[in-house]
Amino acid sequence: MKLFPIRGGIHPEYRKELSSEKAIVALPMPAELFIPLQQHIGAPAEAMVREGDLVKKGQMIARSQGVVSAPQHAPTSGRVKAVAQIAAPHPSGLPQPTIIIEPDGKDEWGELPAPITDPFAASREEISERVALSGIVGMGGATFPSAVKLNLGIQHKLEILLINGAECEPYLTCDDRVMREYADEVVDGARIMAHALGAPKVVIGIEDNKPQAIAAMNKAAAAHANVEVAAVPVQYPMGAERQLAQAITGRETPVRKLTAEIGVVVHNAATARAVHHAVRFGRPLISRVVTVSGKAVREPKNIEAPIGAMVSDLIAFCGGLSTTPWRLVNGGPMMGAPLPSLETPVVKGTSGILALTVEETNDQPASPCIRCGACVTICPCGLVPVEMSAFIRKDHLDVAAKLGVQDCFSCGSCSWVCPSHIPLVQYFNYAKGMLSAQAREASKNERVKTLAEARNIRLEKAAEAKRAMLAAKKAQATSQSENKASA
Amino acid sequence: MSTPHSLPISAPYAHGANTVQKTMFTVLLALLPATAFNLYLFGWPAIFLFAVTIVACLAIEAGCLMLGGRRVKPVLADGSALLTGWLLAMTLPPWAPWWTGLLGAIFAIALAKHTFGGIGQNMFNPAMVARVALLVSFPVVMTAWVLPHPLLSNDAPGISQSVAITFGGKTPDSVSAASALGYVKTELSRGIPVSDSLKEFSRDSKMTHMPDMMDMAWGYKAGSLGETSAVLILLGGIFLMIRRVISWHIPVAVLGSLFAMGALFNAIDPARFAPGLFHVLSGASLLGAFFIATDYVTSPVSKKGQLIFGVGCGLLTWIIRNFAGYPEGMAFAVLLMNSLTPIIDQYTRPRAYGRTSKGQPLPLGRE
Repeated sequence: MKLFPIRGGIHPEYRKELSSEKAIVALPMPAELFIPLQQHIGAPAEAMVREGDLVKKGQMIARSQGVVSAPQHAPTSGRVKAVAQIAAPHPSGLPQPTIIIEPDGKDEWGELPAPITDPFAASREEISERVALSGIVGMGGATFPSAVKLNLGIQHKLEILLINGAECEPYLTCDDRVMREYADEVVDGARIMAHALGAPKVVIGIEDNKPQAIAAMNKAAAAHANVEVAAVPVQYPMGAERQLAQAITGRETPVRKLTAEIGVVVHNAATARAVHHAVRFGRPLISRVVTVSGKAVREPKNIEAPIGAMVSDLIAFCGGLSTTPWRLVNGGPMMGAPLPSLETPVVKGTSGILALTVEETNDQPASPCIRCGACVTICPCGLVPVEMSAFIRKDHLDVAAKLGVQDCFSCGSCSWVCPSHIPLVQYFNYAKGMLSAQAREASKNERVKTLAEARNIRLEKAAEAKRAMLAAKKAQATSQSENKASA
Repeated sequence: MSTPHSLPISAPYAHGANTVQKTMFTVLLALLPATAFNLYLFGWPAIFLFAVTIVACLAIEAGCLMLGGRRVKPVLADGSALLTGWLLAMTLPPWAPWWTGLLGAIFAIALAKHTFGGIGQNMFNPAMVARVALLVSFPVVMTAWVLPHPLLSNDAPGISQSVAITFGGKTPDSVSAASALGYVKTELSRGIPVSDSLKEFSRDSKMTHMPDMMDMAWGYKAGSLGETSAVLILLGGIFLMIRRVISWHIPVAVLGSLFAMGALFNAIDPARFAPGLFHVLSGASLLGAFFIATDYVTSPVSKKGQLIFGVGCGLLTWIIRNFAGYPEGMAFAVLLMNSLTPIIDQYTRPRAYGRTSKGQPLPLGRE
């Protein structure tokens, strides 16, 4: 398959060998599961159960609210202990509404929707409804509700469903293991999604540092003429969807547009497997494979964990921590988020839990920029981090915006490569946050202004009408008095 | 060690191994062979001047940091002042008196670097500011070249004589010599065609103090420490490219444009203009191309900008060498191009992903 170059990128130390040869193991059912109502981009789900309710495995316990939302399901059978506020796996560590389930140990399935026996004869609506009902969201970490993305075929002429198996983040091996161990399920899920999307072709993009996954997927794809595996070069951030789409098609997605505009829809490999389960067996998304790794973890593992298991349960299953970690990360080290504590649950977007030592993070205090230009050379977006950060330091956010800071997707390559250890992404995230707050404020002011103007016009019109009425009355009165006088 | 794991600082939580210090010391390592060979060629006076310049640069850096209320140790350890001092010493006449090193250090570190805000903030290359300031202020001292007097050779000055040369200002008149560029320029001003004076640079020449091209390449000739050994400087430059401290863009642009101009005009009028290879091998061309023009702080950040910058340096060097009062023009050329760096940066930003080169979103619809 002909591949195309992508701009910039880096070659970090991958350290995947810590967990890449560890087969997926199931986590023993924890004593309690914590299922946040919001595990996805969009509106949070609405709880359908109350304290004391008994639930079965796979039963919907929170319904989605609105189009961009996703329901939650019970990962096992048991009793609802509470619907309470607990710390979310979010850097803020703020509490959010969460359903707490006490497993009964029976792990009994509830009534599931009937399998779709021939998905390739089913309509797009039927499949996307099933995917929505099953609570499937993008499992690469973006957590965008997958059903919404399956509807992209309505407005766009799609050519390729691109399955993202690049897994370009260091440490993470969950997609690698899923592709090695469940290749048939991934391919089947991908074919179902391609059918729903109306995309004639499936391409599975895998970085070529995963030869076993490539072999397994090739084998699974061999029976299907329209499914192809592409071994893409190891070049972080190859797994970013616009970059991967460019590597496969040579086409660049216009800024602020979806890859669907260039005929490509990208779904994660684990998401494809979840779709397979939902369509073929009616099983909702209630567990996922999580890589627990880092040199502060005694035995790194790839764990199939029920949604809602505490991070501390997973760490304990890995033999605990060998040392106090310098950093706890939710996701990969390049784009992950800091984990506020071990007492937060695994959610649908949790691809990795990393406990890193300071030697691994190589954290050092920042020193002044020496303008080496490395950040300009490696930026996959073609931006100028050196200039943007200088303007943001001076709080000239308008200039940073002109330089394109809002095009940055925080891949972290510039921070990684910077010899002065300047936390460039921190600057850009700050600027992006401030700029969008300013934009919200501006649109609010604009709306207030429009409303005030409309009100003035309305009042003006009313006053005009009143004046006209008075004038008319006066005229009438005068003419009447004239009449009287003449009479 | 405390744990910052809850500090909400954005990812990445991994970092490449490169540091400012590593970069600076790699450059120093690349300079080492040429420096060592040249210190050997020019003996104790050169070694003294080299030491004075570097110590002065470090001391003035420390002083400026203290005055500015900044931490001294980590900044001194980054190696930037050491590199500036080293490069400055390489551009001085090897037997120049000690105060040129000290004065140069003040120009370089205090004036060119710290008045702008210290490392990363200076507009102009500190070593070149110092060299030009010294050259303009003390033209005689700064052009008093000597022929090599290798250490341990019969005509090498002894320690005490060397102390007198560096610290007593007692340069023996008999050893002075012209640099190749200077010689050609002086001869031209006397009406002797370049093509004739260039004949002196050959083995058959009666003027035995002029080097042939081989001697020029190896560095057995009059000039500053950094000007003489073309081969060793080239090796250092190639080492820097292999270690990816610098890319090929600036050196190739500088040397390519200098060579092209030299070759073109030499073809037109060999009596007036020296050939391309002579320009590349003489003066500070190679040192300038690999070690001076590539200074991160004062050169453009994008590759396209670096090409423009390099071509500018090469062209200006050739123009100054041929039409201005000075026989060597690299320092002036680099400083002039330094002043253009911000504007070059502004016009050579890369095209952003998903946008046209004008910054508009790419048009929809496929090719």
